[in-house]
Amino acid sequence: MPKLTEIRWHARAGQGAVTAAKVVAETALSADQFMQAMPEYGPERMGAPIKAFTRICDEPIEIHNNIEFPDIVVVLDESLLDIVDVTEGMKADGTLIINTCSPAAAVKQALGVAEAQRVACVDASGIALDTIKRDIPNTPIVGAMIEVTGVIDMESFKGLLAKNLGKKFGQEMIDANFAAVDRAAQEVTVA
Amino acid sequence: MLQQKTVASTGNSLVAEAMRQCAPDVMAAYPITPQTTIVEEYAKFVADGRVHTEYVTVESEHSAMSACVGASAAGARVMTATCSQGLAFMWEQLYIAAGLRLPIVMANANRALAAPINIHCDHSDVMGCRDSGWLILFAETAQEAYDNTIMATRIAEHPDVLLPVMTCLDGFITTHSIDRAQVMDDETVKGFVGEYRATNMLLDTDNPVSHGNFAGLGGTYFEFKKQHRQAMNGALKVVKEVGAEFAELSGRPFGVIEGWGMEDAETAIVCIGSTAGNARHVARELRAKGEKVGVLKVRCFRPFPAADIAAALKRLKAVAVLDRSESFGEGGPLFLEVRSALYDLETRVPLVNYIYGLGGADVRLELIERVFSDLSDIAAGNAAPGALQYLGTR
Amino acid sequence: MKWDVSRVNEWTADEFPRGAVIPEGGNSHDYVTGGWRSERPVRDDEVCTQCLLCWIFCPDTSVVVRDEKVVGFDLDHCKGCGICANECPTNPKFGRKAIEMVPEGCELPGVK
Repeated sequence: MPKLTEIRWHARAGQGAVTAAKVVAETALSADQFMQAMPEYGPERMGAPIKAFTRICDEPIEIHNNIEFPDIVVVLDESLLDIVDVTEGMKADGTLIINTCSPAAAVKQALGVAEAQRVACVDASGIALDTIKRDIPNTPIVGAMIEVTGVIDMESFKGLLAKNLGKKFGQEMIDANFAAVDRAAQEVTVA
Repeated sequence: MLQQKTVASTGNSLVAEAMRQCAPDVMAAYPITPQTTIVEEYAKFVADGRVHTEYVTVESEHSAMSACVGASAAGARVMTATCSQGLAFMWEQLYIAAGLRLPIVMANANRALAAPINIHCDHSDVMGCRDSGWLILFAETAQEAYDNTIMATRIAEHPDVLLPVMTCLDGFITTHSIDRAQVMDDETVKGFVGEYRATNMLLDTDNPVSHGNFAGLGGTYFEFKKQHRQAMNGALKVVKEVGAEFAELSGRPFGVIEGWGMEDAETAIVCIGSTAGNARHVARELRAKGEKVGVLKVRCFRPFPAADIAAALKRLKAVAVLDRSESFGEGGPLFLEVRSALYDLETRVPLVNYIYGLGGADVRLELIERVFSDLSDIAAGNAAPGALQYLGTR
Repeated sequence: MKWDVSRVNEWTADEFPRGAVIPEGGNSHDYVTGGWRSERPVRDDEVCTQCLLCWIFCPDTSVVVRDEKVVGFDLDHCKGCGICANECPTNPKFGRKAIEMVPEGCELPGVK
């Protein structure tokens, strides 16, 4: 059977979830995998909770239905935990990755997820502010996701980051993003 | 083999890219979700000087198609894009474009029609104008949307056709998803579509002509419609020829209908657009369990490949036709065509019609499984092919 | 009588009102949009001069006024756009505005 990984992204419109979904898909493509990335279809309203999706597979992806049972759920804004059921449909062995400075064990307990489901926490916003100097948590949280799940290759992701950023920014910005990714990979805690 | 670039791109971006490569002289368009990014990205190509198209911003879709009609009659290669309410607003101009035999290429991002208001995927918009005399191609994927756009240009401008072509892709599902696709280089596309040399161009002042003429009493209107019908019938051969040539060039097979597992299938689903992928996915799983199931995707809806469909379905024990639009008659538009195509067969093929996915309702795999399960019951003689059913409503 | 939509996700075609008509007025109040907010307005009553500019400018009528005085915000509907804080004039006596936007917290235990 082909290995299909489905990722659901939770964020507020404007936080870069769609971009993250896309960059992860593009990274998979650069490793000659098949992929899909799509926003939750609907009108965008800045600040409103949104979802985005990524599918990655080693064979062509034929399905076009919604992702109901994600392998990985990424939450870019912890305030969403109050208002969105981020664990809905998450696979029994799924991984939840959250942008928060709380420790993973506390969040896992608070959310009441199953023991077999992993919760990974990283202060992606804090890391972004330290390194990139702006609260754009999508780049570091992808770094944490790669570290915890290995769903895409870290070096390929960095290569794509450098290529994308290089179109608009200098080496300093690329280095800052690399630092954000590396720190997130180091600092992420898993429970 | 032709070198192609593998990209991660949305269906809309790929349609805009294909249009740029076909380099129309004129584009007149008005934005509407989920089509907007096609004309938006195209406008950027024009602004960046990447294509030399006269881009006409208009105040409505009615004006967009009117401008396309004028430009095409003047002798230009013309393209546009729309969907849903926008397509409905173009209505009378659609008939004029087809009746004047103008080879306009238009992308349609299939979306439901109000009321109630809904912006999601549904084939009601394009099916409503299926009788307007346009050729209609459907894409399952972003790749097919790209390929269809390039083929449509050649088909529309073919001297045996000279009719407008609508290339449809599923709203949001295909228009907004980033998918893996291959794109050809500009020179290859340019070579494939060739240069458009209009006949009867208004701007050829050395050979003056008049367009938009009156054909009143005395049967002339009737004769023009017969001529139109003959062109539509003849277009099927052209679609197949251009498709074969494109398949040769791109390495991607094209068929007016495309079957999966149809060689020995006992039951099959007939459908259009992105749903075909979901159906094949389920069919693959059922095949692995030993069930002889197939999927038949209709990629060319006008002209309707009736003989091809009859040949593909004639041996089957049960067939489900999935319609993503209503006709409020004796079934969905695709069902009516398929049933009609099968009428003259010596053996009756049990058919069942499902209306599904209206207004973007998700085509969950369990719904497809249910259809195959129903078909299996019908094929085994345990159930009768019932009347029209709504699939997935409460 | 209030239109009961509590079971809307289970309604069959027979149960929906014909023509997608909503058979009552004012029910946009029931649609809680506070969840869109990533920042909330906080008002310092001491600094506030009760000029009511926030009440005039709020696009979601989420500034609650009683007896011609601002008493708070309707956080079920405030989307956190920050227009109130933007329009709020600096009180020269205090050198600051009465309304400022603060990040929306997360109320899970153990989470900041």
